[in-house]
Amino acid sequence: MIKLIGVALIAAGFALRVNTLLVVLAAGLATGFAAGFSLNDIMAMIGKYFSDNRAMTLPIVLMLPVVGLLERYGLKERAEVLIRRSKAATAGRVILLYTAVRQISISLGVSIGGHAGAVRPLVAPMAEAAARRRGGELSPASVVSIRAHAAAGENIGNFFGEDIFIAVGAILLMKGFFEAQGMNVSVWAMALWGIPTAFIAFAAMWWRCRLLDRRIDRAASIDQKAGGAQ
Amino acid sequence: MKIITVETCYALVGLYLFVLAGRIVAESEHPRRWGSSLFWALLGVTFIGAKVLPPTFVGYLVVGMVGLAATGQVTRGATNEASRDERLGHAERLENRIFWPALLIPATAVLGTMVLGQLHIGEVWLVETKQVTLIALSLGAMLALIVAMRTTGASVGAASREGSRLLQTLGWSLILPQMLAALGGIFAKAGVGEVVAGLVTQAVPTDVPWVAVLAYCGGMALFTMVMGNAFAAFAVITGGIGLPFIVILHGGNPAIMAAIGMLSGYCGTLLTPMAANFNLVPAMLLELDDKHAVIKAQAPLALVIFAANVILMMVLVYRF
Repeated sequence: MIKLIGVALIAAGFALRVNTLLVVLAAGLATGFAAGFSLNDIMAMIGKYFSDNRAMTLPIVLMLPVVGLLERYGLKERAEVLIRRSKAATAGRVILLYTAVRQISISLGVSIGGHAGAVRPLVAPMAEAAARRRGGELSPASVVSIRAHAAAGENIGNFFGEDIFIAVGAILLMKGFFEAQGMNVSVWAMALWGIPTAFIAFAAMWWRCRLLDRRIDRAASIDQKAGGAQ
Repeated sequence: MKIITVETCYALVGLYLFVLAGRIVAESEHPRRWGSSLFWALLGVTFIGAKVLPPTFVGYLVVGMVGLAATGQVTRGATNEASRDERLGHAERLENRIFWPALLIPATAVLGTMVLGQLHIGEVWLVETKQVTLIALSLGAMLALIVAMRTTGASVGAASREGSRLLQTLGWSLILPQMLAALGGIFAKAGVGEVVAGLVTQAVPTDVPWVAVLAYCGGMALFTMVMGNAFAAFAVITGGIGLPFIVILHGGNPAIMAAIGMLSGYCGTLLTPMAANFNLVPAMLLELDDKHAVIKAQAPLALVIFAANVILMMVLVYRF
């Protein structure tokens, strides 16, 4: 039980809004000490895992100079011009289309997109522009909601498309786990049984995107009424 | 022998972080220029030196970075963002050419992943085949940068400045995913998973088939929320709950259990700040004041998909 102290620290730290890095470090130290490791053992673990996971940070750092440069030269503004030409475009539909592209491509083993490479420079600005074309200026709350849903679309497409492709980490990890237990489970069967959830996840995203559009429309019509009454 | 390894890419990141550290020191108006600069330089050292430095030393470097972040030393400098009119002007001039570099990144990544791993002369391979995706992505980013500079007529200095502007927007939260992964590693070594699996099996009657499914899917989602990573949860929860109860005791199908179990774990990923690279870093990248806005948008999705997973597994796992 004492080993769960790190989990408790994380929960308390997030709730009290202490600096997140500090909370994570404290949780690591507390859990390590509770399990009987020495300070240097814990430092060695932190150093090792921090280094092993550099791949998490690499795409962001290498992507930002080009994304920043393109933004300075009007990438977002151009995306907005294009989206304004499409009458059918709404924030929800833009995000849903991206989710579909992301989910289908990764289920075929092709990893494109990402939060830094696609969502910030393209998907979020296009979704915002589509919403502005329909309802005029957006409230700050609508902007936050659109951007957050764009990020959610990236995650949903990524997570629930990935497990259909047999050569990715998740399926290989499960295969490896069963082999270590002396069981032979087919990678094809595991990929196949991921498909129903993939469809459900996309349907759920479709529902959220429709809801997002309705909320934006409603906020816009309230704004117009308020504006007309003055 | 491999000519380009993933370490080459990490070294490139490290070098750019040094450039960033240098830029910040040179900014006389930066509110915390020494502390901020030191933070990025330390991160650069961990990127370049991880293979040669002892892990314990890297651990203390990480503690140094956390210290700088926690004492408010890591802040952003003056942001001289281009005005909207300026950007609109460029957009009008460049039209759709501005998209080519952005599309070149995924195109290179895909082509590179398919082709680069095959190129070799005898025993000399062009790239490290195991890491070909990451190497292709890095290559794509570099190619896109060159094409972007040619298209826009911007200099290397301008690209470096824009990159440094965005990196400083992210600030210390850039290293949060790696930090949480380290915490996940410590949790795993300390045996936190076994404790969680033990608690779940004690708390619920897993000798009832559908309860075993609920406990397994719930265990996957909950433990993924704790670890921030469904992969780490899989071995622990499947070993502790799934295999002994669903497969061995009740005769369930292991492929169905594993596939849907992992996807239940992903529902946990959607809900947890521990999965910082998916949930918190995007909120920073999109400049949202509420760090948890992405999690809030995902919560209804996660709950619906989780419920569907539990029902699917209850219906399917004992039938096939």
